[in-house]
Amino acid sequence: MSTEMALREGALRCNLLVSSRHFYKFISCIGVRSVSDKVSSKTVTSGDPETAGDHLIYTQEHFALKESLRKIIDQEINPHVDQWEAERKFPAHKIFKILGSAGFLGVSKPVEYGGLGLDFSYSVAVAEELGNIRCGGIPMAIGVQSDMATPALARFGSAELKKEFLLPSIMGDKVACLGVSEVGAGSDVSSIKTKAVREGDEYVINGGKMWTTSGTQADWICLLANTSDGPPHRNKSLFCLPMNLPGVHVARKIDKLGMWSSDTAELFFDDVRVPCKNIIGQEGMGFTYQMLQFQEERLWAVANILTMMDNIIQETIQYTRQRKIFKQSVLYHQSVHFRLAELQTEVELLRSLLYRATALYIKGNDVTRLASMAKLKGGRLAREVGDSCLQFWGGMGFTSDVLVSRFYRDSRLISIGAGADEVMLGIICKYMDTLPKK
Amino acid sequence: MSGRVLVGVKRVIDYAVKIRVKPDNSSVVTDGVKHSMNPFCEIAVEEAVKMKEKKLIKEVVAVSCGPQQAQETIRTALAMGADRGIHVEVTGKDYETLGPLQISKIMAALAKKEEAQLIILGKQAIDDDCNQTGQMTAALLDWPQGTFASEVSLEGDKIKVVREVDGGLETIKINVPAVITADLRLNTPRYATLPNIMKAKKKKIANMKPADLGVDITSRLEVLRVDEPPQRQAGVKEHKHGARNLAEGTL
Repeated sequence: MSTEMALREGALRCNLLVSSRHFYKFISCIGVRSVSDKVSSKTVTSGDPETAGDHLIYTQEHFALKESLRKIIDQEINPHVDQWEAERKFPAHKIFKILGSAGFLGVSKPVEYGGLGLDFSYSVAVAEELGNIRCGGIPMAIGVQSDMATPALARFGSAELKKEFLLPSIMGDKVACLGVSEVGAGSDVSSIKTKAVREGDEYVINGGKMWTTSGTQADWICLLANTSDGPPHRNKSLFCLPMNLPGVHVARKIDKLGMWSSDTAELFFDDVRVPCKNIIGQEGMGFTYQMLQFQEERLWAVANILTMMDNIIQETIQYTRQRKIFKQSVLYHQSVHFRLAELQTEVELLRSLLYRATALYIKGNDVTRLASMAKLKGGRLAREVGDSCLQFWGGMGFTSDVLVSRFYRDSRLISIGAGADEVMLGIICKYMDTLPKK
Repeated sequence: MSGRVLVGVKRVIDYAVKIRVKPDNSSVVTDGVKHSMNPFCEIAVEEAVKMKEKKLIKEVVAVSCGPQQAQETIRTALAMGADRGIHVEVTGKDYETLGPLQISKIMAALAKKEEAQLIILGKQAIDDDCNQTGQMTAALLDWPQGTFASEVSLEGDKIKVVREVDGGLETIKINVPAVITADLRLNTPRYATLPNIMKAKKKKIANMKPADLGVDITSRLEVLRVDEPPQRQAGVKEHKHGARNLAEGTL
């Protein structure tokens, strides 16, 4: 039987499998390995050929983790990204359940609640690998679930609270979101206005939150609210709030420049009553709790964007190699390959900073200064990589058909969210003792 | 039937990689290129682990032949649920000329040594597409074989195998011990979960050389040349007159 006939026979029998995870992988196994010039949708990163033995912070287990996570990304996530970007939402419950069942949402969380109790280097490995998702929105939502809405709960929540909210979040059964920023308060968290007033054995919450990632599909929100009239850094508390409580309103889904597959909500709280036991840890400590995890959040974001930058540079090389201009490849013009070399150099520098900060952090050091520097550089470098690479893609770069335009839009947020560039600069100056004295 | 299953796992260039031929046409570029477990071997491991979960067998042993890096492939099998691994170390020129005949000799020797009741292999590897190792191993052991398996079930002391053949599906019943090769639709391999990846760290991988098993791995084949497939030529537009002839059924 000719190969063609066998393929057709196989394809008929394969009908059911077309939409299953087999399709992309095995269509090439039936003997039709891709030797095409088209840019592959599965970019093989030239990131690091370092073996487990030589790597600064990763062991064989880290690499095994990345390989397994990569399979999930290639089979369950990437084939649908374009569709979810167009729909302006990805199915968080479905994806988090897959990731949770494989253990990727609770890497550093306590074992008693389904986590793995591993150190932060494993979270960094997860963040790096998630950078292979072909958009910024989904990794961002995963990061919120695993490393922004849950760390304070894991560290300071009561056993009852952890059982109700942390365990299902780690297993991927409940989608979490983080309620800190407000319409009137972003970088200056201390000036939030949402209030939680004690009434008997309940708190009554009034106010609103802005920029809530996954806010339209979350089951619960980790909410920061003012619980007293004291000094602004000591009068706030964190709550675990089920999103289906009466008075919780999703005011709107925000239409954004990028991160389209991540639904971002504006929320209102109208006399929402929540039991007192839903407070995380001590009243008045909310601000401190949230701040403790900033170092991890920022390093996580850097790990994520580094892989994306690697991928964009590689795809740009592939594209410009085959694209001809004035009788030769775009890539062979010195301005192009020299610029890509500059960008790759800076990516490697930032990667070294990430690993250095991570290595120090897992030994118990405070890496606020290095983490802030890494976040600052990450946001700015991503803009440079996006801008330069998009230019090299020419007209095609301006279309929605290519990854570089999506990267250009998505990565612009890095300099704004999770600590704006200006805030990072302020922190670094504080450590350099160069700020004006009061 | 309760007992031991050997699963062969091969480290191959990842299916998504664009293959490049070395400038001297001796072989393909493998340095710095992403490798992973052969997809059909993944299916084989999954089937063995499922049998163990159903308590039909007691132990799954993952076997790989090759250089140090073959241990990564064994670890993936361990993370999927295999109990222990055997790494048969083959390096350098020997590794370059390693093929189905030598592998089947090694598998046969291991099957006898480990007193295995079942060998499950992928039907073929995606780098050489040989589709020979399973068949040769069965022949060397004088065991029955169920190749291109899309369904495997135990019925008493026999194994029922549904095979995917050109004409459709063929169902056979074979005695144990036997060799089975996994085809595409046998199962969907599980993701190695992070807890299992961490547990795999503690599982043992035994090291040995082909000589320890009394196997001679000298190759009887010599690769003369490796070339890329010819570039697609531009098509030729059929002359109108010629098209009419085709429609009339004449050349």
